[in-house]
Amino acid sequence: MIEVHGLTVAGRLDAVAAALEPGRITAICGPNGAGKSTLLQTLAGLIEPDTGTVMLDGAPLPGGRTRARQIGYLPQVGEVAWDLSVAGLAALGRLPHGDRGDVPVAAALAAVDLAALAGRPVSTLSGGERARALLARVLAGEPEWILADEPLAALDLAHQLALLAHLRAAAGQGAGVVLVLHDLALAMNHADRVLVLDRGRVVADGTPERALTAEVIADVWGIPARWLGEPGARALVAG
Amino acid sequence: MTRPIPLLTLLLVVALPFSLLAGRVWLDPWATPNAAVILAELRLPRALLAVAIGGGLGAAGAAMQGYLRNPLADPGLFGIAPGAALGAVASLWFGYAASAWLLPAFALAGAGGAMALLGLIAGRSAGIALFTLAGMMIASLAGALMSLAISLAPNAFAMSEIVTWLMGALTDRGWSDVLVAAPLTLAGVVALRLAGPGLDALTLGEPAARSLGVDPRRLQGLLILGVGLTVGSGVAVAGIVGFVGLIVPHLVRPLTDRRPGALIVPSALGGALLVLVADCLCRVLPLVTELRLGIALSLVGAPFFLWLLLRMRREVVL
Repeated sequence: MIEVHGLTVAGRLDAVAAALEPGRITAICGPNGAGKSTLLQTLAGLIEPDTGTVMLDGAPLPGGRTRARQIGYLPQVGEVAWDLSVAGLAALGRLPHGDRGDVPVAAALAAVDLAALAGRPVSTLSGGERARALLARVLAGEPEWILADEPLAALDLAHQLALLAHLRAAAGQGAGVVLVLHDLALAMNHADRVLVLDRGRVVADGTPERALTAEVIADVWGIPARWLGEPGARALVAG
Repeated sequence: MTRPIPLLTLLLVVALPFSLLAGRVWLDPWATPNAAVILAELRLPRALLAVAIGGGLGAAGAAMQGYLRNPLADPGLFGIAPGAALGAVASLWFGYAASAWLLPAFALAGAGGAMALLGLIAGRSAGIALFTLAGMMIASLAGALMSLAISLAPNAFAMSEIVTWLMGALTDRGWSDVLVAAPLTLAGVVALRLAGPGLDALTLGEPAARSLGVDPRRLQGLLILGVGLTVGSGVAVAGIVGFVGLIVPHLVRPLTDRRPGALIVPSALGGALLVLVADCLCRVLPLVTELRLGIALSLVGAPFFLWLLLRMRREVVL
């Protein structure tokens, strides 16, 4: 369980409180500048809050490698500076463990359907394959938590669904998955819980059906919109 | 991927005896008069110095490229080499270089000063951009002060001595230089190797590296220490030897899995090999005076690097 109380980062987060549970997909939604990435990075221990604490399983967030073994963070910009092989990229996830981790690396590549491409240079991958390889890097570290900043942003619908399926599988095995998502329909249909941020504050928190109501969307995004379809297969239309 | 460390070690082991025999006068250990003395007092220290300097520059170049995530980075960027050169120039300017130990001591003090200044300016935030800019400013300042020293040289002899020294060479070096360069370079390479996992993590960018448990201050400290010791001691005994730190990681990278951390030791071996062979060629070329090593490496290195860039332009992100 990751719990935060009174989390404030000057100008970006304002007294955020939340308790995130493992084994579930939690989506953080909000307009640009709402503080989503700041919240995710604070949860990952990359930003020191001005006030408030991040508690992991009842204790303050540890530092260094101990934290890195527990929390896997996937940044928004999927930078890979050197043309590593896919397996080499995934193996970077083992750095906090200080081992080569051939078995977890192979398992991570298999989990994202990239085992056949293990020897390929990253530069030759398509956008979807690259996103999966970056996720494999996080999975190879076998973290208890996967914190991903807009992992679906650059992907087409098929690859978005494929990556979500991989994240769902990780959650099914007990990992806590926290995603920053811009696409409200993906959050509505695939998250177990949604946190809506606006100007650094949590303005809605609950199941997608309860957090992403037409009223919240109108208040936060300033757009009149409504949901069509059934739960789990919703589509958002303006007006 | 091949196994670069055994391969490069083997090449070095082959090249070392060759370099002992090569020179304006080719040594025949059984026939040349005073062969043992020439080997022990001239050729062997010179060869070991080439290995130490090349090894240090290669490792520093690999670490710098890994840290800055840029294949065009060079050990000179941090301002440590110019800092060391400034120290050496000061000793020549004041005429202290007559003593064998004073010039290296001044150069090491210059390198240490540049390292301390870097740590002081950039150490607060541990950000890479500030760090690089600080290094470039130190390099510019040291360059300007060296130009000032040359333009205000007390006499023509000092000016010529400074300019010649800056060209970089291994001529007339002895065991005292080896004793300065070898242990410091070795310690520097060890520091850079310790930075290896951090450099590997930086492949994914700074935030991801921190999320993998990398402490940016420790990484930066290891880099300042490693580059300072390798490059500083190299400049202290041989002057400015360019291009090794830039070229060698490019040559060696295809032999590795391309992780920056895995490149440091092979680059050290590759750099040692390159400088050893280049110094041999400088000695055997039939010129009136011996070609300066620094000039030779730049003459060959610049066109070669250009060719390499054009060949690899698909994978090099400029």
